[in-house]
Amino acid sequence: MMQQLPFIYFGGMALVCALLVVISRVAIYSAMALLGMFVHVAGLFIILDAPFLAGVQLLVYAGAILVLYLFVVMLLNVHSRGTMLQRQTPWAIILSLLAVGELGYLVLTSHFYPKLPAIPHPTVPTLGNTETIGMVLYTQYLFPFEVASVVLLIALVGAIVMARGRSGVRQG
Amino acid sequence: MVNDLIGALIVMLGVLFVVLTMIAYLTYMERKVLGFMQDRLGPMVVGPWGLLQPLADGIKLLSKEDIIPSEANKAIFRIAPVISLVPAVLAFSVIPFGRDSFGFQGITLHPYIADINVGILLILALSSIGAYGILLGGWASNSKYSILGALRSAAQVISYELTAGMSVIGVLILSGSMSLVKIEDAQSGGFWHWYIFPQIVAFVIYLISGIAETNRTPFDLPEAESELVAGFFTEYSGMRFSLYYLAEYANMIIVSSIATILFLGGWDPPLPALGFIPPVLWFLLKVYFFLFFFFWIRATLPRLRYDQLMRFGWKIMLPISFANIIVTGIVAWALQR
Repeated sequence: MMQQLPFIYFGGMALVCALLVVISRVAIYSAMALLGMFVHVAGLFIILDAPFLAGVQLLVYAGAILVLYLFVVMLLNVHSRGTMLQRQTPWAIILSLLAVGELGYLVLTSHFYPKLPAIPHPTVPTLGNTETIGMVLYTQYLFPFEVASVVLLIALVGAIVMARGRSGVRQG
Repeated sequence: MVNDLIGALIVMLGVLFVVLTMIAYLTYMERKVLGFMQDRLGPMVVGPWGLLQPLADGIKLLSKEDIIPSEANKAIFRIAPVISLVPAVLAFSVIPFGRDSFGFQGITLHPYIADINVGILLILALSSIGAYGILLGGWASNSKYSILGALRSAAQVISYELTAGMSVIGVLILSGSMSLVKIEDAQSGGFWHWYIFPQIVAFVIYLISGIAETNRTPFDLPEAESELVAGFFTEYSGMRFSLYYLAEYANMIIVSSIATILFLGGWDPPLPALGFIPPVLWFLLKVYFFLFFFFWIRATLPRLRYDQLMRFGWKIMLPISFANIIVTGIVAWALQR
């Protein structure tokens, strides 16, 4: 029980923050809750002995992506329009019930939960966490890694093309 | 176990005390240095040579009225300066400031609070979280000057954090570790082992990005007095205002410490013969050199225009830092052969 206390705290807080992201009406509060969630997920990585992932989680998600979200929210000055959102309630209930039903069916029929092997405690390798990730990433998973970078490059080029518009005139 | 805890607690309290005192006296040092450079005397009234000025400032700021604008988002307005300061102070937990641990009565005092193997990553992550304080403070104030300052600052911090992070990678390639303690150890034994020589490009890029990240002149666009009153903290007063100020100075010390550790060998004396001076003093000496450099730059250079700042960051600094990584990687690979 005592050993699971950090997990219960970080996992629980991540869940609470994730809920707050969805239910708060002010976009800035949602973004703040998302920040809280990222921090607590980083905590989960730390108790899994993966400090590198924790650092990257904070650096990339909290430090770069969420700042851009905030940027957009502030520039657009979004106000919540309660009535428009409430019109979706019946549909939302139907769809979410469907989703929960599907998930429940899957969980019940596939029995995957009891079959999960006991997760061995990650043995501390002779190499550090960072070195291990580098080794695996550049040998075993080299192809997916390169594909991911090409996909990102395409997104980058696409964003630039869209931002420049069709006129072909260089804006700057 | 208990002894470890007590030792860590003592070091923590010590670091906190020293850092906060350093911050207070940095404001004094800045005013003195700027004063001398501008042919003035700086603060002279409170105490001998104005030495008690930081104390007087602190009392003044603590006792001032805390004004919250009526149109502000009160909760976020209150918490934003805290979000700014806490990561800045937290970053000191991984800064190693000396060489030897020493012990008495079974309690070991290490020259750092924590030696985690991704120390440099943690510092980069924390400094990016500090940007939230600025962004949220500017937004919550509900004032045009504040929001403009906050948006400028967010764009600037993201851009220059990237270059700072990229410039660090060269050092990581050479030292083979992300732990600040190991990076320091890899450079020990005289100034010719310091990474400033093989990584001179990264050093310059890191220093420029560091100045930009801490919003100091000539990159103080977020708080440009002549156009934005005070930028993101226009509406702040009293202690909340000073929390932003403390965060800025804490970040300056962090940037100086990181530059010292990554490029100037940390506690390592330049010549082994100078080893009789304690390592902690060498570390502080180098950190204060960089802090002086901050003031020096402020007194010398005018502020950049905003588009110049962004163009410089993305079109000059970032490509150079990429090139530095590639060249360092190739040379390190070739030398290993």
